[in-house]
Amino acid sequence: MYQHTRLTNSNFNFFNKFKNFDYILLACILLLGFISLATMYSTDGGKILFHTKSHFVKLIAFTFMMLVISFINIKFWFSIGYFSYVVVVGLLIWTYFFGITSSGSQRWMDLYFINLQPSELMKIFIILCLAKYFHRMKLEHVNSIYTLLTSLIIIILPMGLVIVQPDLGTSVLIAISGIAVIWFAGINHKYFIYTMLGFVISLPFIIAFLKPYQKLRVLTFLNPDRDPLGAGYQIIQSKIAVGSGGLFGKGFLKGTQSYLEFLPEKHTDFIFTLFSEEFGFVGSAFLLIIYMIIIYRIVAIGAGSRSYFAKIFCYSFGAAIFVYITINMSMVLGLLPIVGSPLPIMSYGGSSMLATMIGFGVVMSAKVHSQQSIA
Amino acid sequence: MINSSSDNVRKLNSINRRMFITNSLKFFVMIGLVSRLFFLQVKENKKYLTLSDKNRIREWKLAPVRGEFHDYFGNVIAGNFEAYQLHIIPEQVEDFRYVIYRVKDLLELSDKQLKKILKKKNEIKPWETLIVSDNLSWKNFSKINNFLYDLNGVKPVISISRNYPYKENFTHLIGYVSQANPNDIESNEQIKKNFVPGLKVGKVGLEKHFESDLIGSNDIERYEVNAYGRRISQLEFQKGEKGKTLRLTIDTEIQKLTNELLKDQAGSICVMDIYTGSIIAMNSSPSFDPNLFVFGISQDEWQLIRNNPMKPLVNKTLQGNYSPGSTIKPIVALSALENGIINPNFTVKCTGKTEMYGQTYHCWKKKGHGFMNLRNAMKQSCDTYFYEISRRLGVDKLSETAKKFGLGDRVFGGLFDIEKKGLVPNTQWKKNALGKGWLLGETIITGIGQGYIQTTPIQLCLMTAQIANGGYKIYPKITVDDYNKESQGDKYTPLFENSKNIRIVQDAMFGSTNEVMGTSYRSRINDPKYQFAGKTGTAQVKKITEKDRELDLKTFEIPYEERDHALYIAFGPYKNPRYALSIIVEHGGNGSTTAAPMAKKLFKLIIDRHSLRETINNKKYLEI
Repeated sequence: MYQHTRLTNSNFNFFNKFKNFDYILLACILLLGFISLATMYSTDGGKILFHTKSHFVKLIAFTFMMLVISFINIKFWFSIGYFSYVVVVGLLIWTYFFGITSSGSQRWMDLYFINLQPSELMKIFIILCLAKYFHRMKLEHVNSIYTLLTSLIIIILPMGLVIVQPDLGTSVLIAISGIAVIWFAGINHKYFIYTMLGFVISLPFIIAFLKPYQKLRVLTFLNPDRDPLGAGYQIIQSKIAVGSGGLFGKGFLKGTQSYLEFLPEKHTDFIFTLFSEEFGFVGSAFLLIIYMIIIYRIVAIGAGSRSYFAKIFCYSFGAAIFVYITINMSMVLGLLPIVGSPLPIMSYGGSSMLATMIGFGVVMSAKVHSQQSIA
Repeated sequence: MINSSSDNVRKLNSINRRMFITNSLKFFVMIGLVSRLFFLQVKENKKYLTLSDKNRIREWKLAPVRGEFHDYFGNVIAGNFEAYQLHIIPEQVEDFRYVIYRVKDLLELSDKQLKKILKKKNEIKPWETLIVSDNLSWKNFSKINNFLYDLNGVKPVISISRNYPYKENFTHLIGYVSQANPNDIESNEQIKKNFVPGLKVGKVGLEKHFESDLIGSNDIERYEVNAYGRRISQLEFQKGEKGKTLRLTIDTEIQKLTNELLKDQAGSICVMDIYTGSIIAMNSSPSFDPNLFVFGISQDEWQLIRNNPMKPLVNKTLQGNYSPGSTIKPIVALSALENGIINPNFTVKCTGKTEMYGQTYHCWKKKGHGFMNLRNAMKQSCDTYFYEISRRLGVDKLSETAKKFGLGDRVFGGLFDIEKKGLVPNTQWKKNALGKGWLLGETIITGIGQGYIQTTPIQLCLMTAQIANGGYKIYPKITVDDYNKESQGDKYTPLFENSKNIRIVQDAMFGSTNEVMGTSYRSRINDPKYQFAGKTGTAQVKKITEKDRELDLKTFEIPYEERDHALYIAFGPYKNPRYALSIIVEHGGNGSTTAAPMAKKLFKLIIDRHSLRETINNKKYLEI
C-alpha cells in the first residue's frame, strides 16, 4: 500500500512509465501504420503522391501524440471527460453553422492546417464522457430513469448534430460507441432487448423517413445488380476486387481493380478492398489478426486496470473499434448497405486517425498508470 | 467503506460478465467475416477473376490491309498507298482552340470543314483519336511536320489506303471502295467480322464481288484499360493477314487504248480470248476517277458525275441493253443454215424495200442491192435478204440459236450483280411477258436486230468469240484463277450441227471487212498478221418515219439522243483467230464509220501484245 501510494505520488518516473508500456499494442499499431502506408502508396499508383505523403505525416504526428497522451496520467483524462465532450459538441455546433461543405455534406471545420471532422472526435469523447459519468455511480443507480435519460441525452445530442450534416454513418458509429459504454456500465438487458424490438417494429417508419439516396443504398444492398453502373457500381466493383484477389492476392501494386480506377473511394472507406485484392485471403486474414490482437490488448489493459473508469473506457473503446472494423468490412464485402465508415488507421482521413490515436493514447495511459486509482 | 467496496465488487462482476458476453459475440462476428472473405476470395475466386479481367482488358481492331488487283502482267491496278493523315487526341492538347486554328491556317481549311471537325470532336471522348484530315498532300504533311514544335498533341500519321493508279481506266471493272455503311455490314459476314470504324469496302464491281477475299483480317491489339476506358498498356498485338491479291486477265495497255478510243463518247468495248474466255479489256465510257470515292466524294464532284447525260455511273458493258442491229446477222444466217432453211446459194433480190404482211420493210440502201446470196448479203449487210430468211426461219428457231451462243443470259453468271440478261424474244416469251400473240412482222425486224431483241456488249463479244473459235462453248473469266467454276458446264461443247456452217459465217464476216463493197472495208488491215473479220451494226434508237427517210439527214444533223448506236463485232487474226471484240458507241451514227475504225487500232495492239502474253503463259508452265 505504501509503495503504491509512493508510486502514484512520485513525480514523473519517466523510465518506469516506459517500462509499463504495452509493447505488443504499440508494435501492432506501428505495424498497422506501416501496412496502411504501403496500401496508401499502392492507391497512389505505386508513387509517393499526395495521399501517401499526407498519410505518412499524420501517422507520425498522431503516433507521437499518442505517446504523449500515454505519459499523461489517466486521472487527467478522467478529469477532462465532461469538458472535452462539451468542447466537441461545441465544435459540432460550430460546424453546423460555419462548416465546410463537401460532396453535399457539411462535416468539416477549417483549422487552416487541417480540416477537422468533429464528428469523428465525438466517437472517442463520448466514451470518455460516459465512462466518467458511470465511474462513480452505484450499480443500483445505473438503472434509474434519471441515469438512463441523462445518458440517452448525452448520446442523442451529438447524434442529432451529426445527422443534420448529414452523415448517417458517423452518427450511427457515435451511437454505438455510447451504447457500448452503457452496456458495460450494467444497464439492464431488458432495455437493450426492448430497444431492439422497438427498432425492428419501427423499421418501416424509419425507412419512410430516409432520404432518397439512403433508400437507394438499402435497395442496392439488397440487390446490387439492379443498377450495376449506377448505385450498385461501388459494391459490385468492390466485390470483384476482393474476389479476384484469391488466396494469395495479385501482388503488391498489382491490383488491377484499384490501379485501373475501377474502385471507388479507394483511399478511404474501400481501402480494405484494395488491400484484399493485392494480398488475398491470407493478407486479409493477417490484417484481421492484427486488429484482433489490438482489440485483445485493449481489453486486457482494461482488465488489468485498477480504476473503473479505465476499465469501462478500455472495454468500450475495444468494442467500438471492433464494431467500426466489422461495419467497414461488412460494407465492402457486401454484407451491409454502404454507409460512410472508415477502417481505423487504414483509411485515409486525419480526423478518424486522430480520434483513434487519442483512444489508443488513453488506453496506453491506462496501462502505464494501471495502478492509479481514481477517487 | 465496506458498502462501497462490496458495490465495487458487484460492479466489477457485472462489467466482467458483460465483457465475456461481448467477447463471445466478437468471436462469432469474426468467424462470419472470415468465412465471408473465404467465400469471396477462395471459393468464388474464379468468377471474380473473370469479372476483373472483363473489366480491364479491351480489344481494339485495326483496319485490315486490303488485297490488291493485278493485271495479267502483274501491274498493280488497284493497290494500297500510304495516306498521310493528321490525328489529334484532344486530351493531350493544352490549348485545343489555338492548335486547331493553327492547323486550319496551315492546311487552309474552310470554315465549313473546321465546323465539321469541331462537331466530330464533341462526339468523341477526349482521349479518342480525332481525325482532322485523312488524306493530306505531301506538301501539307511536311508543312505540319515542320511546325510540329508548335502543335502539341498533333500527330501526323501514315496509314494504308486504297489507290487506283490508272484512275478512270478500270472504274467499271474494278469498282471502288468507300466507307462501309450499315447495309454493307449486314449483308457480308466478313465485313461484319472485320469491321472497324473507317473501314473501306468495295461498293461496286470486282471490289464488291471479291470483298470476302480482299478484305483480309484485322490486326488486334489487346489493351489494359482503366475504369474510364483509357488505354493503360498494350498486352498483346496480333498481326492480321493481308487480303488476297487477285490477278486479272486484263491487259492494261489494251484497256488504256479502249479508254482513249471511247474518249468523250458514251459506249463500251470488250476484248476476249476466244479459247480461254479471258477478258483482255472491258471498258465502259464515260468513266470517272474511283480515287474520288475512297475518302468520300465531295458533293460537287458527285453531282457532276451523276448529272452527266452520258451516264458515267452505268457500266454499259454489262448493264447496257442495246438492239444488236446488223451484228445479229451472223447468228440469223447461222441459224438459217443450221436449220436447213437455206443454203449459201439461196438468193433474194433486194429492191430497197419489200412488202410483207401488208407492211413495207426498208433496206438501209434505198436503191437496193440487187440479187444477193448469203455471203454478199452479210458482206453488204443487206436487210431485205435477212427479212426474207428470218421470215422463213421463224423467231423460235432463231432464238434457240441465239441463246446457244450466249445471248439472253448473264455472261459472267453471278460475278457481277449488276449484269443484265438482255432479251432474246420468242413467241412463248411474248405470251408470258406481254400477254399477246407474236406478230410475224416482229420476226422480220428481229432478223436485223431490231424490235424486242436486246443484247449487252459483253454478250455480243462472247457470241463473236464463239463463232470465231469454230463454234465451241467458252466461259468468259476475268480472274486468272477461275472463281466461277461451279456455275459452269463443260467447256468446248460444240454449239453447231455442222461445222461447215460456222465456216460459211466466218467467211462472210471476212468478206464484210476485207473485200470491196464490204461494210467495214475501209477499216481493214491487209497484213495477214493483223487481218480481222467483222460485222458492222447500226441500231436505230427510234423508229424511222417516212419523213425521216425523205430528209435523209446526215448523222451530225440529228439531235444527239436520236442518233443511231454504232456497233461492231470482230475477231482476228483471220488466219488463226485468237481474239474477239465488240464495240458499241452510243449515238455514234454508223457502225462502219464510227465503230469499225476503232477495231482496226485495237487489233494492231492486241496482236502485237499477243506474244508477250504467251511468254507469261509459257513462263507459268516452266515454273511448274
